[in-house]
Amino acid sequence: MLTYQFDWSVVTSGKYFEWLVSGFKVTLQLSVVGIVLAFIVGLLIAVMRMSNFRPVRWFALAYLEFFRNTPLLVQIFFWYFGSYKILPTAVNDWLNSTNFEFAAAVIALTIYTSAFIAEDIRSGVLSIPREQMEAARSAGFSYLRSMQYIILPQAVRITVPPLVNQFLNLAKNSSLAMTIGVMELTYQARQVESYTFKGFEAFTAATVVYLVLSTSITALVHIYDKRVLNPNRAV
Amino acid sequence: MIQFSGVHKWFKQLHVLNDINLRITPGEVLVVCGPSGSGKSTLIRTINQLEPINEGKLVVDGMDLLDKKTDINKLRAEIGFVFQQFNLYPHLSVLSNITLAPLKIRKMQKKEAEEQAMTLLARVGLAEKRDAYPSQLSGGQQQRVAIARALAMKPKIMLFDEPTSALDPEMIGEVLAVMQGLAGTGITMVVVTHEMGFAREVAHRVAFMDHGVVLEEAKPEEFFRNPQHERAQQFLKQLLSPMH
Repeated sequence: MLTYQFDWSVVTSGKYFEWLVSGFKVTLQLSVVGIVLAFIVGLLIAVMRMSNFRPVRWFALAYLEFFRNTPLLVQIFFWYFGSYKILPTAVNDWLNSTNFEFAAAVIALTIYTSAFIAEDIRSGVLSIPREQMEAARSAGFSYLRSMQYIILPQAVRITVPPLVNQFLNLAKNSSLAMTIGVMELTYQARQVESYTFKGFEAFTAATVVYLVLSTSITALVHIYDKRVLNPNRAV
Repeated sequence: MIQFSGVHKWFKQLHVLNDINLRITPGEVLVVCGPSGSGKSTLIRTINQLEPINEGKLVVDGMDLLDKKTDINKLRAEIGFVFQQFNLYPHLSVLSNITLAPLKIRKMQKKEAEEQAMTLLARVGLAEKRDAYPSQLSGGQQQRVAIARALAMKPKIMLFDEPTSALDPEMIGEVLAVMQGLAGTGITMVVVTHEMGFAREVAHRVAFMDHGVVLEEAKPEEFFRNPQHERAQQFLKQLLSPMH
């Protein structure tokens, strides 16, 4: 016999609704900042991974293996609980006066996701015919400029589908930030549940918001792809 | 303009360039021919160091390619290279393909670069294709754009690596016509090709290569009338009547 009384008003108006909205704002901030930074760092690591200079290449390889092969939750805890043990007191005082939870979560999400993005971009670069690099180099572009103007723009275009996946992973993984007290969407849904015992409504609302966020990210990237990256794609 | 002195190159065990001695003077049009695998593509690719040489001396436009102080990017900017497979940048429009290097390397103003590109496009007969993308062009059109792209850097030297070999027969003429228009304008041209008609009419000199060696160098009329080396005689016979 089902005795649970549904009460959707808990999550559609009033104080708890506001909690969820504020949680969504933090999730959105984590996602947007994380995606932008992870993409930039990912590009950088991808280029380093393909460098002719061995120490640079090895650094990138170590970075990739390290951050891809350890759990994100451990990385979040490391940045939040671990990193400040080895930092000077002055730095810690400053960090504590800022929103350190948020910063630690962004750092962890960025680094973790950038490792995957770097590998996606690298496989995109490897699929660009070698002759493109030859054409760029014979025009007088240096290796890095060839990458910048000729190779990476093409590689990123064909990497769009896997990149969308990584962006979505980052947005969803941002929910782990609640474990270090970042008051994002999942954290707030949990709070609503604690105060109202309306767990079904609270987490349904959170689920719907994550769905909307994810589909919006997918749609935005596809619009950008169509309008800006490949406006004249022949096929 | 280009001077090979005792140049050798190996791919692993394979001796692809064997004691090359060749001097190409400013404004000269040199056609390099020979059977496939003779090293002619490698030879032309050493001139802008797409292939580094292993031994000997190679001086291009006064710069020694084995000298560590030579700025290879700077040298390459003075040398246009036209590939067999065109290698246009597929993500850029025809106009942007041509203006990219002048804008980024020569630091040309956008307006000036575009005007120059339009002049070049008109010269290769493709002004109306300025906004097209490479994938929308035929092979012959792509190759003409590739020539315009190379010319946009105002090179002193133009290198053509089998520029018509990937083209359908009906498109070969349009590309050769553009190349013929370039010859005699003072630009130094080295052309690897099997188009013996072009060699006969346009080249100042023909070099015949086989097994990594330049076997013969001659004016085209001499080379075609009276090839000295037996391999050259066979090669020409085969090209002119491939059924035998």
